[in-house]
Amino acid sequence: MRFSVLQFPGANSDQDCLHAVRVLGHEARYLWHKESEIGGTDAVLVPGGFSYGDYLRAGAIARFSPIMQALVRFANEGGLVLGICNGFQILCEAGLLPGALIRNRELHFRCEHVFLKIANPETPFTRVAPDSGVIRVPIAHGEGCYFADQETLSRLTESRRILWQYCDQEGTPSEDANPNGSVQNIAGVCNEKGNVAGLMPHPERACEPVIGSAEGASVLESMIQTLSERGQH
Amino acid sequence: MVEPEITPELVESHGLTDDEYQRIQKLLGRSPNYTELGVFSVMWSEHCSYKNTRPLLKQFPTQGPGVLVGAGEENAGILDIGDGLAIAFKIESHNHPSAVEPFQGATTGVGGILRDIFTMGARPICAANSLRFGSLESAEVRRLFKGVVAGIGHYGNCFGVPTVAGEVAFDPSYEGNPLVNAFALGVLRHEQIARGAAKGVGNPVFYVGPATGRDGLAGAAFASQDLTEESAEQQRGAVQVGDPFMEKLLLEACLELLATGAVAGIQDMGAAGLTCSTCETAARGGTGIEIELNRVPQRSPGMSPYEIMLSESQERMLIIVHRGREDEVKRIFDKWDLPWAEVGFVTDSGRMVVRHEGRVVVDLPARELADEAPIYQRESRRPAYLDETESLTLDSLSLAADPGEVLPRLLAWPTIASKNWVYRQYDYTVRNGTALFPGSDAAVLRVKEDSLPGLVEGEAYDGSFPEKYLAISLDCNAVYVYLDPYEGGKLAVAEAARNLACSGAIPLGATDNLNYGNPHDPELFWQLKESVRGVAEACAFFQAPVTGGNVSLYNQNPGGAIDPTPVIGLVGQIEDEDAITSQWFKEEGDVILLLGNPVDQKDPLLGLGGSAYLQVIEGLKSGRPPRVCLEEEKQIADALRGWIGSGVVKSAHDCSEGGLAVALSEACFSEDHARQTPRFRGAQVALDPVAGVDAGAMLFGESQGRIIVTVERAFLPKVLGQAEILGVPLKEIGSVGGETLTIEYGEASYTWDLRSLHEAWWTSIERRLE
Repeated sequence: MRFSVLQFPGANSDQDCLHAVRVLGHEARYLWHKESEIGGTDAVLVPGGFSYGDYLRAGAIARFSPIMQALVRFANEGGLVLGICNGFQILCEAGLLPGALIRNRELHFRCEHVFLKIANPETPFTRVAPDSGVIRVPIAHGEGCYFADQETLSRLTESRRILWQYCDQEGTPSEDANPNGSVQNIAGVCNEKGNVAGLMPHPERACEPVIGSAEGASVLESMIQTLSERGQH
Repeated sequence: MVEPEITPELVESHGLTDDEYQRIQKLLGRSPNYTELGVFSVMWSEHCSYKNTRPLLKQFPTQGPGVLVGAGEENAGILDIGDGLAIAFKIESHNHPSAVEPFQGATTGVGGILRDIFTMGARPICAANSLRFGSLESAEVRRLFKGVVAGIGHYGNCFGVPTVAGEVAFDPSYEGNPLVNAFALGVLRHEQIARGAAKGVGNPVFYVGPATGRDGLAGAAFASQDLTEESAEQQRGAVQVGDPFMEKLLLEACLELLATGAVAGIQDMGAAGLTCSTCETAARGGTGIEIELNRVPQRSPGMSPYEIMLSESQERMLIIVHRGREDEVKRIFDKWDLPWAEVGFVTDSGRMVVRHEGRVVVDLPARELADEAPIYQRESRRPAYLDETESLTLDSLSLAADPGEVLPRLLAWPTIASKNWVYRQYDYTVRNGTALFPGSDAAVLRVKEDSLPGLVEGEAYDGSFPEKYLAISLDCNAVYVYLDPYEGGKLAVAEAARNLACSGAIPLGATDNLNYGNPHDPELFWQLKESVRGVAEACAFFQAPVTGGNVSLYNQNPGGAIDPTPVIGLVGQIEDEDAITSQWFKEEGDVILLLGNPVDQKDPLLGLGGSAYLQVIEGLKSGRPPRVCLEEEKQIADALRGWIGSGVVKSAHDCSEGGLAVALSEACFSEDHARQTPRFRGAQVALDPVAGVDAGAMLFGESQGRIIVTVERAFLPKVLGQAEILGVPLKEIGSVGGETLTIEYGEASYTWDLRSLHEAWWTSIERRLE
């Protein structure tokens, strides 16, 4: 598979995304924010970081970049897009995903490993989930508290578009397991068509045992399996 | 604008003495003008010139087979790590700015050290820090602590460098004068080393990065005087403002430009900004430099030459480009949307010439300005307080406290307590290289293909890159240094070396941050002199050349000087991935061994001098600190690395503050599996009674050279046999298992519930901040 990793000024997990894809045996390249075409690519990763310094609001400026116009077209044509951390914020700001991310409940930036419950294991981003239905991956964000109005939440729940929830080791989305105050412990969601998803935790930083966990690889592997079934390679 | 007349008062307010001013007049054959006086004041400050410490720093070992760029040559030293790869690393203080404006002081400290690394052509792959504050009982200290931690986090997190290691200690001597020492490490290939020299007469000089403002005026001079309430208030405006986003762009643009080969020399604008970068590059290049200030991007109108030259606005670089290749600079900096300006050229005059509106405003000899600051041999005298502290005897101590109650109190003492409140505000996972997270003896970093300056793209991972593992530890027990500067200096290095050994690493080199009080006070200068001697001796012994560092003097407030604090940053290498070792117990049934002698019986205080036990339980900061035998430390470390290398050792944790009982506790519960999910593994320990050593000294004494190790039971005979052959003390003291920590000593037995010990240790700092 061929992944493209968007490169915004101030993105800092772009290299991590690229590394993870390559470790899993696939190709990846950077796509500069001033480009206006996605070009030949099977899937797009929108990486974490502080795009444009996050000066206005996390992800708020990145959505106006030329590459984002191209990304919207790519997504509308059914291309797979995953936004991670700041990438999730950008996709929300761009209207590709519902909801918004606001400051963590405790106001501090927070970095630690968390457990994620795979709330819907039948999507292009979660289908390779382990039997336990729980993966351990790191978070690293200051504005990761997911928020959406009641109506949106109901729609998300009904259409099973909540993909990941913060949980404890046993898979229970408890209050204690919620690192940032996200409503319903939501860590990540997808769009209506199911081809665009975003999450605050960093699965791309958990693809090798030597860096503490390889359980995040299942997210990228889910995408890879979906693409290979579609006949893309 | 009319420049002020040079008066004795003006000279004094620039921190220059009469003698220094006369030296300047002699050097120039005339009096300096106002701008030139400013230039001299920063270049001849302690921060830039090391005028008070240079003779002492000569004691450090600086050479070694792996040294590619040595101490003092460039912005940071560079060491070989094999296969054509190299690392650049350094530590630097930002103490005074952080005392005045903690958030910005800390951010710009991190920004400055990161620039020192990528100026060398290296890509920064991690950051670390060493922090000291007063007691958390004080609201002001809490404000400083919170601000500094938030500032460090903000800058590193946004820039995208994992902050992986560090130390934080609390002591009343740092009240009002916290220490903020920031460390960074980067990776590059040997042939990618960049130099800060203005080479090639006629080559154009570029200024890149954001515009120059009035912030940070003369910060280097501010850092080189006592901190008083008055000076802090006056200097609030001297604290620069950091922009990590800008720095990230600057990093990528500089690395991209360096890869083109168009760069003849590069130097960051840190302390003393444009002044320091122009005169140092000219001095190193054996050339001269001429710049026109009107071309320098400026944030506000009407800035004077003095202000432009002395500004410490952040995230700026000076780049000397090979003539004819100017377009490459423009192309790359335009791509990254970064301001750039061609501001001058390299000359053969040996002079630093600055023009403003066509008029020459500075004309000074570059080399003399950079290298000929006066050198002082300061007077030193053994401090009077030592008579009292050294007279402390064991008999005079009650040692009546119940060890069962002492342990949770020590674990909750902020200096010993878990620093998770701090490091969880730092992104320590970015860059996919952190193999051992904060919370073990040393951090371990993986060097992989994308650790190098160039961006890697395309093909799948083929595993051909020779990955490396590095261990980093920052250490200093300043109470030991206060109580015995020479011994304390050695102890700081020994502890760092022990931490590296526990993670499986062998030392490669060191960087040091020397934090002291006013050097004009003979007693304080004696602390500096003696501890540097100890640090130098130990670094030489461990074959860890000092590749650079920083001196921060005048760390005092009206209440007195800080404890002498020579922070040692030791970097080591681990042979392969399997050898990476962490401090926590791994499996039920494993045997717990004590490597090293249980207690130093030659020490009259049995390891209690300067200990956490004396400070917390007896309220004493006194006694002679434990002695370190470097030879024994090395034998123990070599043996440990051997066992780690052969896959026998499952965990290793050194005994430091709080002694054996604290180390055992940490080994039981410090594995932080995930949020709210610590891993508990109990331990049942029995220690042989030693005549004349009561339980308090045995459990909480801080005798050096002790490491708690676990092995599978099947390997026990083998390691004990090998220890005997090697002549290192190694003894089975217990086994891993159960829900509690139990320590038997002679007739006495103590049992603690792990969950409550963990609670005391894990939440202590957070509770004090509420």
